[in-house]
Amino acid sequence: MADKTNARVLQQIRFLKAQDVVFFFVGLIVLCGAFLILITLILDMAQTGIPRLNQEFFFNFPSRFAARAGIYAAWVGSLCVVLVTALLAIPLGVATGVYLEEYASKGWISRIIELNILNLAGVPSIIYGIMALSLFVYQFGLKQSILTAGMTLGLLILPIIIVTTREAIRTIPNHIREASYALGATKWQTVSNHILPYSFGGIMTGVVIALSRAIGETAPLLAVGAVAFIAFLPTPPVMTEAPFVSFQWLMDSYTVLPIQMFNWISRPQEEFHVNAAAAGIVLLTMTLVLNTLAILIRYRFRKKYKW
Amino acid sequence: MVKNIKAEVKNLTFSYDKAAPRPVLNSVSLPVFENSVTALIGPSGCGKSTLLRCFNRMHDLYGAVKYEGKIILQPSGFDILSNEVDPLEVRMKVGMVFQKPNPFPKSIYENVAYGLRIRGIKKKSYIDDKVEDSLKKAGLWREVNDRLKASASALSGGQQQRLCIARALATEPELLLLDEPTSALDPISTAHIEELVGELKKAVTILMVTHNLHQAGRASDFTAFMYLGDLIEFGESSQVFTNPKEEKTENYITGRFG
Repeated sequence: MADKTNARVLQQIRFLKAQDVVFFFVGLIVLCGAFLILITLILDMAQTGIPRLNQEFFFNFPSRFAARAGIYAAWVGSLCVVLVTALLAIPLGVATGVYLEEYASKGWISRIIELNILNLAGVPSIIYGIMALSLFVYQFGLKQSILTAGMTLGLLILPIIIVTTREAIRTIPNHIREASYALGATKWQTVSNHILPYSFGGIMTGVVIALSRAIGETAPLLAVGAVAFIAFLPTPPVMTEAPFVSFQWLMDSYTVLPIQMFNWISRPQEEFHVNAAAAGIVLLTMTLVLNTLAILIRYRFRKKYKW
Repeated sequence: MVKNIKAEVKNLTFSYDKAAPRPVLNSVSLPVFENSVTALIGPSGCGKSTLLRCFNRMHDLYGAVKYEGKIILQPSGFDILSNEVDPLEVRMKVGMVFQKPNPFPKSIYENVAYGLRIRGIKKKSYIDDKVEDSLKKAGLWREVNDRLKASASALSGGQQQRLCIARALATEPELLLLDEPTSALDPISTAHIEELVGELKKAVTILMVTHNLHQAGRASDFTAFMYLGDLIEFGESSQVFTNPKEEKTENYITGRFG
């Protein structure tokens, strides 16, 4: 009798172990498949684009001759737009996250706000573009400017920054807050001396990932009127005569890397597709560098704070 | 043994939730004598931690709460629970050490100096002296004086808890609250802290919650036994542990429940 039960248990174990093995291989195959597709895409793009990556390509304006066309206006435009985006979205997003987590009372209102922010993070980016078109471009009269683009992308990544800020703050154990308050610290002292420094790594990780998303966005910028053919740089922010600083560049028209790519790829000539691939490599490298930065920041700060 | 009263709880009734059928603290009255250790004991949920956290208005952090009754600090007559009193002012006068050692992930020095810094003290020589003095009082100076700039998280659990005591002492509180200060520590660190508590009472009045009856017996001068929000018995620890007046107290300390 006992032997029989034992045999049944062993049989069951064998069956469960077989299940384990099957799932291991299914997972491996799926992973390899996804990885292979990605590698193929990147290799294909690299093969087409890399020969085109020379100094002229980086410092030439677009041209109707593919061989003379470059991405000067595009990468400068991308940097300008991301700068505006960062300056607007980071302070606003981090402050909102801190407010919601540390200041707002946890009632149904804050729960509704939380739900809405989560939803906003999932809204298709073209919707932001359409909203920005009617609000920033027409209502505020900001035209098709770098400022409009920065504000649009800022709006787009705001929910991401808010959510990651809140998550970073939530990893700080409550007993650290209590320690600070018990010594007589005010809310702001607690936030500025403890909450923000300890969650800095997590917040920066979220910020960098959000910015790398902003760099690659195309749809909302098409909606607010990025121009693909820009043969000049934005006005320099520094002048030789008083008042020495100029904000004219904010109101200049612009193009960005993904828009430039989109423009080239939609042309019939094969040569322009090569240009698009080369610009794609530049864009991909930028995002990759930002994401690596995010990983490094996270790693550094995770080691720094132990509770 | 005639002692001055340092703090006096008068008819304190408190509940987190106004709709609750019975308050967490039910008209508790209790003296806390100066330069002595008063232990709060009782089974889980009896309200001892809740009472302790009234002394520095910690409950105010978690939404609007209503205290009925008073906690008067002597000799000033300062009512901790008064609506006109800012909880920040209370926490400037009353220090607290928590169940789990909770040093800030900063240097040992910065941990002790933090209370002074938030009070706006900037003079380095003064802070240096205070840090050394507090670490000495907490019995940690000899172990850490050569690495004050090292991170507090590198210390052992017992050292971290003594650091938290030093941090609370640096601002010279009138009253020091200990919320089960040894429950997360090993026996040797626990013995260290108990010894330290005996030393500290010469300088500061201590109110301590403990789950450990032996600890209450060893380390305290007075003991208050609480049960379901009521203060059942208060007296000198020697009396409460050897000759309790109330049957409930006796049942609890002899291990019949709790």
